[in-house]
Amino acid sequence: MDTFSKRKVIVAGIMLGVGILFVLRLFTLQITNKTYKQFATRNVLREITIYPARGYIYDRNNELMVYNKAAYDLMLIPREVKAFDTTELCNIIQLDRKDLREAIAKAKQYSRYKPSIVAGQISSDIYAPLQEKLYKYPGFFVQSRTLREYPSKSAAQALGFVGEVNQRTIETDKYYKSGDYIGVSGLEKAYEKELRGIKGVQKSMVDVHNRIKGKYNDGLEDTTAILGQNLITGFDAKLQAYAELLMTNKKGAVVAIEPATGEIILMVSAPSYDPNLLVGRQRSKNYSILMQDSVYKPTWNRAIIGEYSPGSTFKLVNALIALQEHSVTPYDRFSCSGQGSTPIRCTHSHASPVAMREGIRESCNPYFWNVFRSIINHSPTAEEGYRVWRDHVVNFGFAQRVGTELSSERKGNLAETSYYDKYFGQKRWNAMTIRSLSIGQGEILVTPLQMANMAAIIANRGYYITPHLVRAIQDPNRVSHELEFEKKVIDIRPEHFNTVIEGMQAVIEDTKLQHTVKLDSVIVCGKTGTVQNPHGADHSAFVAFAPRDTPKIAIAVYIENAGFGATYAAPIAGLLIEKYLNDSIAPRRKDLEQRLIETDLLNVVEVKRKL
Amino acid sequence: MQKKTNVWNNVDWITISIYLAMMFIGWINIYAAVYNEEHKSIFDMTQQYGKQLMWIGAAIFIAVLMINTDSKFFVTFAFPIYIAIIFLLMLVPFIGTTINGAKSWIQFGGFLLQPSEFMKMGTSLALARYISSYNFKMHSWKSLLALAGILFVPVGLIFLQNDTGSAIVFGVFLLVLYREGLNGIVLFFSFLIALVFVLTMVLEPLPTILILTFAAFLINYLIRKKTKRNLIGMATFTSIFGILWLINYLAEGGVDPLYFVFAAAFISSLVFFLWAIMLHKRSLAILIGIYLGSVLFSVSVDYVFHNIMEQHQRDRINELLGIQSDLHGAGYHVNQSKIAIGSGGFFGKGFLQGTQTKFDFVPEQSTDFIFCTVGEEWGFLGSTLVIGLFMALLMRLIFLAERNRSKFSRVYGYCVATILFFHFAVNIGMTIGLAPVIGIPLPFFSYGGSSLWSFTLLLFVFVRLDASRFEQLSY
Repeated sequence: MDTFSKRKVIVAGIMLGVGILFVLRLFTLQITNKTYKQFATRNVLREITIYPARGYIYDRNNELMVYNKAAYDLMLIPREVKAFDTTELCNIIQLDRKDLREAIAKAKQYSRYKPSIVAGQISSDIYAPLQEKLYKYPGFFVQSRTLREYPSKSAAQALGFVGEVNQRTIETDKYYKSGDYIGVSGLEKAYEKELRGIKGVQKSMVDVHNRIKGKYNDGLEDTTAILGQNLITGFDAKLQAYAELLMTNKKGAVVAIEPATGEIILMVSAPSYDPNLLVGRQRSKNYSILMQDSVYKPTWNRAIIGEYSPGSTFKLVNALIALQEHSVTPYDRFSCSGQGSTPIRCTHSHASPVAMREGIRESCNPYFWNVFRSIINHSPTAEEGYRVWRDHVVNFGFAQRVGTELSSERKGNLAETSYYDKYFGQKRWNAMTIRSLSIGQGEILVTPLQMANMAAIIANRGYYITPHLVRAIQDPNRVSHELEFEKKVIDIRPEHFNTVIEGMQAVIEDTKLQHTVKLDSVIVCGKTGTVQNPHGADHSAFVAFAPRDTPKIAIAVYIENAGFGATYAAPIAGLLIEKYLNDSIAPRRKDLEQRLIETDLLNVVEVKRKL
Repeated sequence: MQKKTNVWNNVDWITISIYLAMMFIGWINIYAAVYNEEHKSIFDMTQQYGKQLMWIGAAIFIAVLMINTDSKFFVTFAFPIYIAIIFLLMLVPFIGTTINGAKSWIQFGGFLLQPSEFMKMGTSLALARYISSYNFKMHSWKSLLALAGILFVPVGLIFLQNDTGSAIVFGVFLLVLYREGLNGIVLFFSFLIALVFVLTMVLEPLPTILILTFAAFLINYLIRKKTKRNLIGMATFTSIFGILWLINYLAEGGVDPLYFVFAAAFISSLVFFLWAIMLHKRSLAILIGIYLGSVLFSVSVDYVFHNIMEQHQRDRINELLGIQSDLHGAGYHVNQSKIAIGSGGFFGKGFLQGTQTKFDFVPEQSTDFIFCTVGEEWGFLGSTLVIGLFMALLMRLIFLAERNRSKFSRVYGYCVATILFFHFAVNIGMTIGLAPVIGIPLPFFSYGGSSLWSFTLLLFVFVRLDASRFEQLSY
């Protein structure tokens, strides 16, 4: 007799119950819940980024200004490290034993399986001996990457530099990942998208020990890196270097533009620095030194962010506006009593009265006061007269960003009527009140770039092409794509320009500048400026272009605290024009060249202050 | 003397088919689990899959041998076999080899055998022999003592060899005893004790008591449908706890809230217990008694664990429940195992395509975690098939056991079914996060000769017994 036979149902029920429970559980695990699939993918997927080489930067003569050099990061996988001779490794990579130990400890803390950088950006000189000995150090390997190299060591501020991308950019732009490089300033920043190329990615599968086991999804999701595009600039690298040489130990800026195209031939901001300083292992150290230099501010690009009074160079614009508005003719003469003139005295003595050509040649302040007054008083009210004048000035590209690629470009300043209304009261101001503007002082600030652009407008007799640094972009197949730029026409008739240009020619040929700026083969036209400066010695300014009839170069030189424009700014411009047009400096001018290079205006100021 | 009929005509081919299918699927999955680019051939004898094929061959030989053995042999020699294996077990500490921290293996020539694996069959034979004897009466002290002896001698020996996983398998014989007449209450309390123990160890006592309290209210509601009284009970419990907690909070006593929960449970149980007695509500009194007993058990387990046990004993329990065997922090192994199975989806990733499997994210994958490979590469379809195969085998075994007139065969059949069931439940339960990580193999699937042979032996002794169900097994 088996009285408990029914219990088979309970035993079988327990078993079936567990079986059903398991099937239900599997249903939720495998079908309802999708997160496990993601976890599994995350477990095995490793993305390796392939960095394309950054684009090169060429000058107008196809000379390389920026290229890449190989550098090497010494990497470490802590798990694979065995005991090794730390002293020897430190000697090879020129690193302190303490630093090495710290780097290894940090790597271990990060991950025992994933590689970390022990010593970054090792140069090729160190890499060669390191590679030979690397077999002695299991767990260490070298990963190559590229660094920027600047063969001519010039144009630091205009070219800009690259640096590690910051957290904010990572958050806003999905392209960047921590540790990526990005153009931080200058052209490197302006053309970041073209220069960087497109990163590639290799998706691999790794095992539990992070060892690569093969391609993910048969490599179907891999992308190849696309090389960065090259920039072809309007720079003349040799001239740029020469300008920087001339600006040694001076504070200021030089900008030269090719008038016909708007291409910027050179852009100097002095004092400068060797762009190679911001590359490699010493980068962060050098960076903070440069950034902390509050006296010389070497990273400032004064050519585009320096806002100065244009001084007498601005008289050219006033002359052109007056001619266009018929408020004066080229032959109207105004008298000058030299130091005794009112309301603005003349800085030096010359024959009187003067018409336009002489007025420009002598940079006669009373003449230009009269010119300016005539413009303002040409309209029924001073306010209307000022508006007419201001519109013309703005037309010359002042009080606005002229539109280069560089994002740090400043607008300068030019007061609106509202400013004067507020300052003096409505209708309580007139030409007399704002007379400083007649000689380029007062409520006007311009950048050296805008001054060079003004020179280009005069050279072109009434138009300019938006000044720009890059003229073409070259794709990785070395096919160039020319960029197009807007042409802006000035509403002043060409013959008026010729009148002013005559005066500018006289400035070079009939004043003492004939000894320093006048060239044997080329007619140079220019205008000096000596800019009063409440903070110290006068700034020295000069604008010019040449040759007179077929202008190839328009230039502005601005040197802070250097005194008369004729003393330093003009000869430097003269040498640059000569070098650019003739490719060499005439022997008779070698002494001048030498003297300018040796002139030390920075340290003179220092000495003066000390005394 | 009965006429000799050909035994092969009476063997149960369904069982044999399931058995063969399981071994084949297991072998394929072992190949996937330890697949090695350099040894692509599934017959490569240097790899686990090659070796497993060898073990399978040997297992089939053992099966054939068992079927060709006279069934009376097992009845007659049940006790001698049991004693012989116990003897082997006792020898282990002297001649044994240590693998994975457990000194439970004996080396025979090139083979490693684990006597504890074979002990399951030995104990099953002994149980079957004893229970089917004429003088066996389930609830007599003598019989119970004898049963306890038959069970606890091997369990004790195996436990001493640090092979706790194998030792607790013997607990499943309670199901067999239940089938043969053991009071169901024993089964219920055994289950309750095991549940409270595991909960206490895995979750700590505080949540365990809360779970028990909730369960008690739920059961009371289901039995008696008295919502209002249940709410009064809950309010009592909560307010006692709340008052104690508030006093402690205001007095800044800093006492562990466990004490308040315990006090709340204890006081409210006593009050309602007395109330139930007075009103002659018997079922409520029993329920409260069971509840209070469970709470006391949970607290004392925790107390004993932390205050009386030595560190090495604690380690043993933690290891048994998979609490401390985790190298990468809480639940790493189970988590990776769940990722493997969960990522399989409905159809699976395909043979040799499982990334969790291929790249070693799951530990012990050819042995204890072989089910991960099934889940990942064959998906819900494959894993349900495997569960289905087990269910089919277990149901078939119960059917076979029940159709035998011989009590010996029936008891033995139940032993086989319940042992296989326990391994199945714990092993697969562990891979899908429903059971603690107890390292026991999945029968006929996991890599390893010793376990495959012992399960084969266990199963085919029964197939042989069943084949002679028409004979009179006398002794």
